[in-house]
Amino acid sequence: MKAHRKQPLYLAFLLHRISGLGLALFLPLHFYVLGLSLQGDATLDRFLHWSQQPLMKFVEFGLVFLLALHFFGGLRLLALENMPWSNRQKNYAALAVAAAFFVAGGFLLRAF
Amino acid sequence: MSDSSTASITVHVWRGNSEGGSFDEFQVPQQPSQTILDIVTWIQRNLDAGLSYRFACRVGMCGSCAMMVNGIPRWTCRTHVNKVMRDKQLTIEPLRNLPVIKDLACDMSEFFAKWNQAQGQFQGSTTRDEKIAPISPCSPEREAANAAIECINCAICYASCDVVAWNRDYLGPAALNRAWSLQNDVRDTAGESRLAAVAGDAGCHRCHSQQGCASYCPNELNPTASIAGLKRLTASDFLRRRYRSRHA
Repeated sequence: MKAHRKQPLYLAFLLHRISGLGLALFLPLHFYVLGLSLQGDATLDRFLHWSQQPLMKFVEFGLVFLLALHFFGGLRLLALENMPWSNRQKNYAALAVAAAFFVAGGFLLRAF
Repeated sequence: MSDSSTASITVHVWRGNSEGGSFDEFQVPQQPSQTILDIVTWIQRNLDAGLSYRFACRVGMCGSCAMMVNGIPRWTCRTHVNKVMRDKQLTIEPLRNLPVIKDLACDMSEFFAKWNQAQGQFQGSTTRDEKIAPISPCSPEREAANAAIECINCAICYASCDVVAWNRDYLGPAALNRAWSLQNDVRDTAGESRLAAVAGDAGCHRCHSQQGCASYCPNELNPTASIAGLKRLTASDFLRRRYRSRHA
Protein backbone atom coordinates (compact mmCIF):
# COMPACT_ATOMS: atom_id res chain seq x y z
CA MET A 1 0.00 0.00 0.00
CA LYS A 2 1.28 3.48 -0.85
CA ALA A 3 2.64 5.39 2.15
CA HIS A 4 0.11 8.24 2.04
CA ARG A 5 -2.74 5.70 2.36
CA LYS A 6 -1.39 4.21 5.57
CA GLN A 7 -3.73 6.03 7.94
CA PRO A 8 -6.71 4.56 9.84
CA LEU A 9 -9.47 6.43 8.03
CA TYR A 10 -8.22 5.32 4.63
CA LEU A 11 -8.44 1.78 5.96
CA ALA A 12 -12.03 2.50 7.05
CA PHE A 13 -12.78 3.74 3.52
CA LEU A 14 -11.18 0.61 2.06
CA LEU A 15 -13.14 -1.73 4.35
CA HIS A 16 -16.38 0.00 3.41
CA ARG A 17 -15.59 -0.38 -0.30
CA ILE A 18 -14.48 -4.01 -0.04
CA SER A 19 -17.47 -5.01 2.10
CA GLY A 20 -19.81 -3.28 -0.36
CA LEU A 21 -18.16 -5.05 -3.28
CA GLY A 22 -18.36 -8.40 -1.44
CA LEU A 23 -22.07 -7.91 -0.80
CA ALA A 24 -22.67 -6.93 -4.42
CA LEU A 25 -20.94 -10.14 -5.55
CA PHE A 26 -23.04 -12.15 -3.08
CA LEU A 27 -26.36 -10.75 -4.31
CA PRO A 28 -26.60 -12.89 -7.52
CA LEU A 29 -26.01 -16.02 -5.38
CA HIS A 30 -28.67 -14.84 -2.96
CA PHE A 31 -31.19 -14.37 -5.77
CA TYR A 32 -30.23 -17.76 -7.23
CA VAL A 33 -31.06 -19.47 -3.92
CA LEU A 34 -34.34 -17.59 -3.70
CA GLY A 35 -35.02 -18.71 -7.26
CA LEU A 36 -34.59 -22.34 -6.20
CA SER A 37 -37.86 -22.08 -4.30
CA LEU A 38 -39.63 -21.56 -7.62
CA GLN A 39 -38.36 -24.96 -8.75
CA GLY A 40 -40.07 -26.73 -5.86
CA ASP A 41 -39.67 -27.52 -2.18
CA ALA A 42 -37.23 -30.38 -2.69
CA THR A 43 -34.62 -28.33 -4.58
CA LEU A 44 -34.58 -25.57 -2.00
CA ASP A 45 -34.56 -28.02 0.92
CA ARG A 46 -31.60 -29.84 -0.62
CA PHE A 47 -29.64 -26.59 -0.74
CA LEU A 48 -30.71 -25.55 2.78
CA HIS A 49 -29.63 -28.93 4.09
CA TRP A 50 -26.28 -28.59 2.31
CA SER A 51 -25.83 -25.12 3.82
CA GLN A 52 -26.10 -26.54 7.36
CA GLN A 53 -22.58 -27.99 7.26
CA PRO A 54 -20.06 -26.28 9.64
CA LEU A 55 -17.88 -24.84 6.88
CA MET A 56 -20.89 -22.97 5.49
CA LYS A 57 -21.52 -21.47 8.93
CA PHE A 58 -18.06 -19.91 8.79
CA VAL A 59 -18.80 -18.63 5.30
CA GLU A 60 -22.05 -17.16 6.62
CA PHE A 61 -20.08 -15.60 9.47
CA GLY A 62 -17.97 -13.83 6.84
CA LEU A 63 -21.09 -12.71 5.05
CA VAL A 64 -22.72 -11.37 8.21
CA PHE A 65 -19.44 -9.62 9.06
CA LEU A 66 -19.35 -7.92 5.66
CA LEU A 67 -23.00 -6.92 6.00
CA ALA A 68 -22.53 -5.54 9.52
CA LEU A 69 -19.32 -3.78 8.52
CA HIS A 70 -21.03 -2.08 5.60
CA PHE A 71 -24.06 -1.21 7.75
CA PHE A 72 -22.14 0.34 10.64
CA GLY A 73 -19.61 1.93 8.27
CA GLY A 74 -22.52 3.44 6.36
CA LEU A 75 -23.99 4.85 9.58
CA ARG A 76 -20.59 6.39 10.33
CA LEU A 77 -20.52 8.09 6.92
CA LEU A 78 -24.12 9.30 7.25
CA ALA A 79 -23.26 10.84 10.62
CA LEU A 80 -20.06 12.35 9.20
CA GLU A 81 -21.89 14.02 6.34
CA ASN A 82 -25.15 15.01 7.98
CA MET A 83 -24.38 15.81 11.60
CA PRO A 84 -22.19 18.51 13.16
CA TRP A 85 -18.53 17.59 12.81
CA SER A 86 -16.88 15.47 15.47
CA ASN A 87 -13.13 15.02 15.83
CA ARG A 88 -13.61 11.42 16.96
CA GLN A 89 -13.68 9.99 13.43
CA LYS A 90 -11.04 7.35 14.15
CA ASN A 91 -12.97 6.24 17.24
CA TYR A 92 -16.17 5.91 15.22
CA ALA A 93 -14.40 3.87 12.53
CA ALA A 94 -12.98 1.54 15.21
CA LEU A 95 -16.44 1.33 16.79
CA ALA A 96 -17.98 0.32 13.45
CA VAL A 97 -15.47 -2.53 13.05
CA ALA A 98 -15.97 -3.61 16.68
CA ALA A 99 -19.76 -3.60 16.29
CA ALA A 100 -19.46 -5.67 13.10
CA PHE A 101 -17.31 -8.24 14.92
CA PHE A 102 -19.81 -8.28 17.79
CA VAL A 103 -22.77 -8.94 15.49
CA ALA A 104 -20.96 -11.51 13.31
CA GLY A 105 -19.43 -13.21 16.38
CA GLY A 106 -22.90 -13.41 17.96
CA PHE A 107 -24.18 -15.05 14.79
CA LEU A 108 -21.36 -17.61 14.84
CA LEU A 109 -21.97 -18.47 18.51
CA ARG A 110 -25.65 -19.09 17.82
CA ALA A 111 -24.89 -21.11 14.68
CA PHE A 112 -23.46 -24.09 16.61
CA MET B 1 31.55 15.96 17.74
CA SER B 2 28.42 13.84 17.66
CA ASP B 3 27.90 10.99 15.22
CA SER B 4 25.03 12.84 13.59
CA SER B 5 27.40 15.44 12.10
CA THR B 6 29.52 12.85 10.31
CA ALA B 7 26.93 10.26 9.34
CA SER B 8 25.76 10.12 5.77
CA ILE B 9 22.19 9.89 4.50
CA THR B 10 21.33 8.15 1.25
CA VAL B 11 18.85 10.38 -0.57
CA HIS B 12 16.90 9.26 -3.64
CA VAL B 13 15.73 12.33 -5.51
CA TRP B 14 13.29 12.17 -8.41
CA ARG B 15 14.71 13.83 -11.51
CA GLY B 16 12.77 14.46 -14.66
CA ASN B 17 10.01 16.49 -16.25
CA SER B 18 6.41 16.13 -17.43
CA GLU B 19 7.42 13.33 -19.80
CA GLY B 20 8.87 11.11 -17.05
CA GLY B 21 11.99 10.61 -15.00
CA SER B 22 13.85 8.44 -12.53
CA PHE B 23 15.63 8.61 -9.18
CA ASP B 24 19.18 9.88 -8.65
CA GLU B 25 21.02 8.81 -5.52
CA PHE B 26 23.02 11.25 -3.40
CA GLN B 27 25.03 10.94 -0.19
CA VAL B 28 24.36 13.88 2.12
CA PRO B 29 26.07 14.49 5.49
CA GLN B 30 23.64 14.42 8.40
CA GLN B 31 23.49 17.58 10.52
CA PRO B 32 21.69 18.41 13.78
CA SER B 33 18.20 19.91 13.33
CA GLN B 34 18.39 19.28 9.59
CA THR B 35 15.22 19.68 7.54
CA ILE B 36 14.30 18.01 4.25
CA LEU B 37 14.63 21.41 2.57
CA ASP B 38 18.18 21.63 3.97
CA ILE B 39 18.94 18.28 2.33
CA VAL B 40 17.64 19.38 -1.07
CA THR B 41 19.47 22.70 -0.84
CA TRP B 42 22.70 20.93 0.15
CA ILE B 43 22.45 18.66 -2.88
CA GLN B 44 21.87 21.61 -5.19
CA ARG B 45 24.75 23.64 -3.77
CA ASN B 46 27.29 20.85 -3.42
CA LEU B 47 26.46 17.95 -5.71
CA ASP B 48 24.16 18.93 -8.56
CA ALA B 49 23.51 22.58 -9.38
CA GLY B 50 20.91 21.54 -11.95
CA LEU B 51 18.46 20.23 -9.34
CA SER B 52 15.21 22.21 -9.52
CA TYR B 53 12.91 22.75 -6.55
CA ARG B 54 10.79 25.52 -5.10
CA PHE B 55 10.93 27.34 -1.78
CA ALA B 56 10.59 30.85 -0.42
CA CYS B 57 10.12 31.62 3.27
CA ARG B 58 11.72 28.53 4.90
CA VAL B 59 9.54 29.03 8.01
CA GLY B 60 6.26 27.32 7.09
CA MET B 61 4.34 30.36 5.93
CA CYS B 62 4.51 30.51 2.15
CA GLY B 63 3.49 26.95 1.28
CA SER B 64 5.85 26.63 -1.67
CA CYS B 65 8.27 23.87 -0.60
CA ALA B 66 5.92 20.88 -0.27
CA MET B 67 7.23 17.58 -1.69
CA MET B 68 6.62 13.86 -1.27
CA VAL B 69 8.99 12.57 1.41
CA ASN B 70 9.10 8.78 1.69
CA GLY B 71 5.74 8.72 -0.09
CA ILE B 72 3.98 11.21 2.17
CA PRO B 73 3.33 14.86 1.24
CA ARG B 74 5.10 17.20 3.65
CA TRP B 75 6.19 20.84 4.01
CA THR B 76 9.92 20.27 3.67
CA CYS B 77 11.09 23.40 5.49
CA ARG B 78 9.46 22.28 8.74
CA THR B 79 10.02 18.54 8.39
CA HIS B 80 12.99 17.36 10.40
CA VAL B 81 15.06 14.61 8.84
CA ASN B 82 15.26 12.75 12.17
CA LYS B 83 11.49 12.34 12.28
CA VAL B 84 10.98 10.91 8.79
CA MET B 85 14.22 9.11 7.91
CA ARG B 86 14.14 5.30 7.84
CA ASP B 87 17.42 3.30 7.88
CA LYS B 88 19.41 6.40 6.90
CA GLN B 89 17.41 6.60 3.65
CA LEU B 90 15.16 9.29 2.22
CA THR B 91 13.11 9.38 -0.95
CA ILE B 92 12.09 12.81 -2.19
CA GLU B 93 9.64 13.26 -5.07
CA PRO B 94 7.56 16.11 -6.51
CA LEU B 95 4.04 16.50 -5.12
CA ARG B 96 1.58 13.87 -6.30
CA ASN B 97 -1.44 14.81 -8.47
CA LEU B 98 0.25 17.83 -10.05
CA PRO B 99 2.10 18.06 -13.38
CA VAL B 100 5.87 18.24 -12.94
CA ILE B 101 7.76 21.16 -14.46
CA LYS B 102 11.22 19.83 -13.60
CA ASP B 103 12.59 17.58 -10.84
CA LEU B 104 10.86 18.59 -7.60
CA ALA B 105 9.04 21.66 -8.92
CA CYS B 106 5.36 21.16 -9.80
CA ASP B 107 3.06 23.25 -11.93
CA MET B 108 0.53 24.66 -9.44
CA SER B 109 -1.69 26.26 -12.13
CA GLU B 110 -4.54 23.72 -11.92
CA PHE B 111 -4.46 23.87 -8.11
CA PHE B 112 -5.03 27.64 -8.10
CA ALA B 113 -7.44 27.46 -11.04
CA LYS B 114 -9.63 25.22 -8.90
CA TRP B 115 -9.59 27.81 -6.12
CA ASN B 116 -11.08 30.19 -8.68
CA GLN B 117 -13.60 27.58 -9.87
CA ALA B 118 -14.75 27.13 -6.26
CA GLN B 119 -15.08 30.93 -6.05
CA GLY B 120 -12.41 31.23 -3.41
CA GLN B 121 -12.39 35.03 -3.52
CA PHE B 122 -14.13 37.13 -0.88
CA GLN B 123 -17.03 39.14 -2.33
CA GLY B 124 -18.04 42.04 -0.11
CA SER B 125 -20.77 44.64 -0.43
CA THR B 126 -19.11 47.57 1.34
CA THR B 127 -16.21 49.88 0.57
CA ARG B 128 -13.20 50.83 2.67
CA ASP B 129 -14.90 54.13 3.47
CA GLU B 130 -17.60 52.45 5.48
CA LYS B 131 -17.32 51.34 9.08
CA ILE B 132 -15.69 47.98 9.85
CA ALA B 133 -18.34 45.31 10.23
CA PRO B 134 -18.71 44.25 13.87
CA ILE B 135 -18.01 40.50 13.89
CA SER B 136 -18.04 38.60 17.17
CA PRO B 137 -15.12 36.16 17.22
CA CYS B 138 -17.29 33.86 19.36
CA SER B 139 -20.14 33.57 16.86
CA PRO B 140 -20.56 30.04 15.44
CA GLU B 141 -20.13 31.31 11.86
CA ARG B 142 -16.87 33.10 12.66
CA GLU B 143 -15.53 30.10 14.57
CA ALA B 144 -16.30 27.88 11.57
CA ALA B 145 -14.64 30.38 9.20
CA ASN B 146 -11.58 30.70 11.45
CA ALA B 147 -11.18 26.94 11.73
CA ALA B 148 -10.60 26.72 7.98
CA ILE B 149 -8.83 30.01 7.29
CA GLU B 150 -5.14 29.30 7.96
CA CYS B 151 -4.51 27.53 4.65
CA ILE B 152 -1.10 28.36 3.13
CA ASN B 153 -1.88 26.82 -0.32
CA CYS B 154 0.88 24.24 -0.03
CA ALA B 155 -1.20 21.61 -1.93
CA ILE B 156 -0.27 18.86 0.53
CA CYS B 157 -3.97 18.00 0.92
CA TYR B 158 -4.31 17.98 -2.88
CA ALA B 159 -1.39 15.55 -3.18
CA SER B 160 -2.73 13.26 -0.46
CA CYS B 161 -6.21 12.98 -2.00
CA ASP B 162 -7.00 9.84 -3.99
CA VAL B 163 -10.21 11.39 -5.33
CA VAL B 164 -8.11 14.05 -7.10
CA ALA B 165 -6.05 11.23 -8.62
CA TRP B 166 -9.20 9.41 -9.77
CA ASN B 167 -11.07 12.45 -11.09
CA ARG B 168 -8.90 15.21 -12.53
CA ASP B 169 -11.82 17.66 -12.44
CA TYR B 170 -12.42 17.28 -8.70
CA LEU B 171 -11.94 20.68 -7.05
CA GLY B 172 -9.89 19.18 -4.23
CA PRO B 173 -9.69 19.70 -0.48
CA ALA B 174 -7.98 23.12 -0.45
CA ALA B 175 -10.41 24.87 -2.79
CA LEU B 176 -13.43 23.39 -1.01
CA ASN B 177 -11.98 24.26 2.39
CA ARG B 178 -11.59 27.85 1.20
CA ALA B 179 -15.18 27.88 -0.11
CA TRP B 180 -16.46 26.65 3.28
CA SER B 181 -14.49 29.37 5.08
CA LEU B 182 -16.09 32.04 2.88
CA GLN B 183 -19.58 30.53 3.21
CA ASN B 184 -19.26 31.16 6.94
CA ASP B 185 -18.07 34.74 6.53
CA VAL B 186 -21.18 36.82 7.24
CA ARG B 187 -19.78 39.76 5.22
CA ASP B 188 -19.46 37.69 2.04
CA THR B 189 -22.24 38.13 -0.53
CA ALA B 190 -21.45 35.39 -3.07
CA GLY B 191 -22.80 32.48 -1.02
CA GLU B 192 -25.47 31.42 -3.49
CA SER B 193 -23.29 31.27 -6.60
CA ARG B 194 -20.42 29.68 -4.62
CA LEU B 195 -22.73 26.92 -3.40
CA ALA B 196 -23.71 26.25 -7.00
CA ALA B 197 -20.02 26.15 -7.95
CA VAL B 198 -19.14 23.54 -5.31
CA ALA B 199 -22.28 21.40 -5.63
CA GLY B 200 -21.49 20.06 -9.11
CA ASP B 201 -20.20 16.68 -10.19
CA ALA B 202 -16.60 17.63 -9.42
CA GLY B 203 -17.51 19.39 -6.18
CA CYS B 204 -17.93 18.55 -2.51
CA HIS B 205 -20.16 15.49 -3.02
CA ARG B 206 -17.33 13.72 -4.85
CA CYS B 207 -15.31 13.49 -1.59
CA HIS B 208 -15.06 9.95 -0.17
CA SER B 209 -14.03 11.13 3.33
CA GLN B 210 -10.72 9.23 3.27
CA GLN B 211 -9.37 12.13 5.36
CA GLY B 212 -5.80 12.04 4.08
CA CYS B 213 -6.09 15.82 3.70
CA ALA B 214 -6.78 16.22 7.41
CA SER B 215 -4.11 13.68 8.34
CA TYR B 216 -1.29 15.45 6.50
CA CYS B 217 -2.27 19.15 6.60
CA PRO B 218 0.80 20.83 8.15
CA ASN B 219 -1.37 23.53 9.70
CA GLU B 220 -3.68 20.91 11.21
CA LEU B 221 -6.70 22.14 9.28
CA ASN B 222 -9.46 19.69 8.51
CA PRO B 223 -10.64 20.01 4.89
CA THR B 224 -12.82 16.89 5.30
CA ALA B 225 -14.80 18.69 8.01
CA SER B 226 -15.15 21.71 5.70
CA ILE B 227 -16.29 19.51 2.81
CA ALA B 228 -18.80 17.77 5.11
CA GLY B 229 -20.10 21.24 5.99
CA LEU B 230 -20.49 22.07 2.29
CA LYS B 231 -22.32 18.78 1.73
CA ARG B 232 -24.83 19.69 4.45
CA LEU B 233 -25.17 23.22 3.15
CA THR B 234 -25.71 22.21 -0.49
CA ALA B 235 -28.19 19.48 0.51
CA SER B 236 -30.25 21.79 2.73
CA ASP B 237 -30.11 24.51 0.05
CA PHE B 238 -31.42 22.01 -2.54
CA LEU B 239 -34.28 20.92 -0.27
CA ARG B 240 -35.16 24.54 0.58
CA ARG B 241 -35.29 25.48 -3.11
CA ARG B 242 -37.41 22.44 -3.91
CA TYR B 243 -39.85 23.25 -1.09
CA ARG B 244 -40.12 26.88 -2.20
CA SER B 245 -40.69 25.97 -5.84
CA ARG B 246 -43.54 23.65 -4.86
CA HIS B 247 -45.14 26.06 -2.43
CA ALA B 248 -44.59 29.31 -4.29
